[in-house]
Amino acid sequence: MSGTLVMARLTVREAARRKLLLALLIITIVVITVTVWGFWRLFQLTLEPAGSRDYLSPVEFRAFASQILITVMFLFTFVLALSSVFTASPSIGGELESGVALAMLTRPISRAEIVLGKWLGFAVLAAVYVAGAAGVEFILVNWVTSYMPPHPFQFIAYMVGVTWTVMTFTLLLSTRVPSIAGGIIGLGAYGLAWMGGIAYSAGIVLHLSAVETAGNITRLLFPSDGLWHGAIYALEPAVIIAGLAGSGRARAANPFEATAAPPPAYLAWCVAWVVVVLGLAVWSFRTRDV
Amino acid sequence: MVALDGLTMEVGRGEVFGFLGPNGAGKTTAVKMLVGLTRATSGRGTVLGAPLGDIGVRRRIGYLPELFRYQGWMTAYEVLELHCELARVPRPDRRKEIEAALVTVGLAARAHSRVETFSKGMQQRLGLGVALLGSPELVFLDEPTSALDPVGRRDVRDIIHALKARGTTVFLNSHLLSEVERVCDTVAIVDRGKVVARGALDDLLGGGGVRLRVADLDGRVDTLARFGEVSRDGDWISITGTPAEAVPDVVAAVVGLGGRVYAVEPRHQTLEDRFLELLGGEGEPA
Repeated sequence: MSGTLVMARLTVREAARRKLLLALLIITIVVITVTVWGFWRLFQLTLEPAGSRDYLSPVEFRAFASQILITVMFLFTFVLALSSVFTASPSIGGELESGVALAMLTRPISRAEIVLGKWLGFAVLAAVYVAGAAGVEFILVNWVTSYMPPHPFQFIAYMVGVTWTVMTFTLLLSTRVPSIAGGIIGLGAYGLAWMGGIAYSAGIVLHLSAVETAGNITRLLFPSDGLWHGAIYALEPAVIIAGLAGSGRARAANPFEATAAPPPAYLAWCVAWVVVVLGLAVWSFRTRDV
Repeated sequence: MVALDGLTMEVGRGEVFGFLGPNGAGKTTAVKMLVGLTRATSGRGTVLGAPLGDIGVRRRIGYLPELFRYQGWMTAYEVLELHCELARVPRPDRRKEIEAALVTVGLAARAHSRVETFSKGMQQRLGLGVALLGSPELVFLDEPTSALDPVGRRDVRDIIHALKARGTTVFLNSHLLSEVERVCDTVAIVDRGKVVARGALDDLLGGGGVRLRVADLDGRVDTLARFGEVSRDGDWISITGTPAEAVPDVVAAVVGLGGRVYAVEPRHQTLEDRFLELLGGEGEPA
């Protein structure tokens, strides 16, 4: 087995053995149980006699359901971003500080294989978690309400992209910055990107070109929020998108709306960004004395 | 900050080599360069014929770092298994390699315990086991006995003797000079990044000597000069350069000259004496 695969498997085993996966599983089961119950209660309202006070029309239900689902998925994204930051930030620097890495680094394995292996391990964990958590949520919601968001697979791909962005950046930090500082910077960057996304949409809606530019630069420098907006778009039914388009300035500064999917050029930029940041992480670790 | 400056030395294959120096002399930095963890800003070196940092040569070396830890969430067996994979030990040989390492370092009974439950001494034993995997041609041991009790120290000596017997080169950093004296063939003493003495242990320590407390030998002391360099301090006569097997002859000569012998102390310079002498009495052994 190549060094990269050995390290990837070690990363996954560590996450499982140190109860990270168990913790995520418990949080996810609680969130899914509570939200599916909520969806079921909401769906009951569509069965009320039409015209009664509590009656919810199918269109209203879809609008509600999509918005609630976006909020639930934001919770998943947040948990995942936190998990990515706090597992990736000590993964290289922490192992150097503790001495765990010393004996491994003198084996016939390159530093590039170590960084790529860890990245691969985290990337697989994130993808499996996103697909599992979002997939189960969608299936159960569909089971109790017959509602399915318009583009579930695209949504999963965007969410995986958000996680990989945060994780790759934190992994780069971990090659040079002490664990705690790396975690704080990684989380700070994620938060700033989120604020940048709000600034971007506010700038567009309110015609504040400087604010729009600042937001756009943020989206390019740290693309987690740009991808998150792609994820939102994939969950929005046509009725919501039409409503948003017609709501003018009222939609300004709403971080849970998106009126368009990210253009292909932006997606290409995101892919290139992850590749470049990962390359920087490899270079940074290779040139570091231990 | 300059850690090493003009460090020049050579270790022969099959030698047990002791690398000594005071705290901060650059010993660990030198080892880190040799195993490829740190790069030298200038100069060059080879390990097993390959340039420093060569990835291929790492298959043939074992390393016990000075400050280390292994994955606490793994068992000792799993740590060794991981290092077998990383060291590219062929899959069919792994089980045998791991079990042999566990027996050698005395951890067979704890093979399936998590490393986080191990004492420091047991972790050091595990570190030694990791360094021995894959029958390396060269083993770097940085302070291998620092956390061990007397039994553990004896075990490490036995391991080093066994490594030597099978032709493995051992590069030993140790602050325990008595340990180095007991296992090493050659020694280098480093101070402020430079090697201040290097050679076979016997050469470095000089010949032996004997010290006698003698009465009634006035004026005839000089006739003992054939045994070595003679010096006198009251009743005590010191002869340096006398091999241990010549001590009875010295005593016989003193008695033959009419001297009355009250005490005989065969002695040789210890590594600690030599170490302190070379460093001008400064710094503590490290």
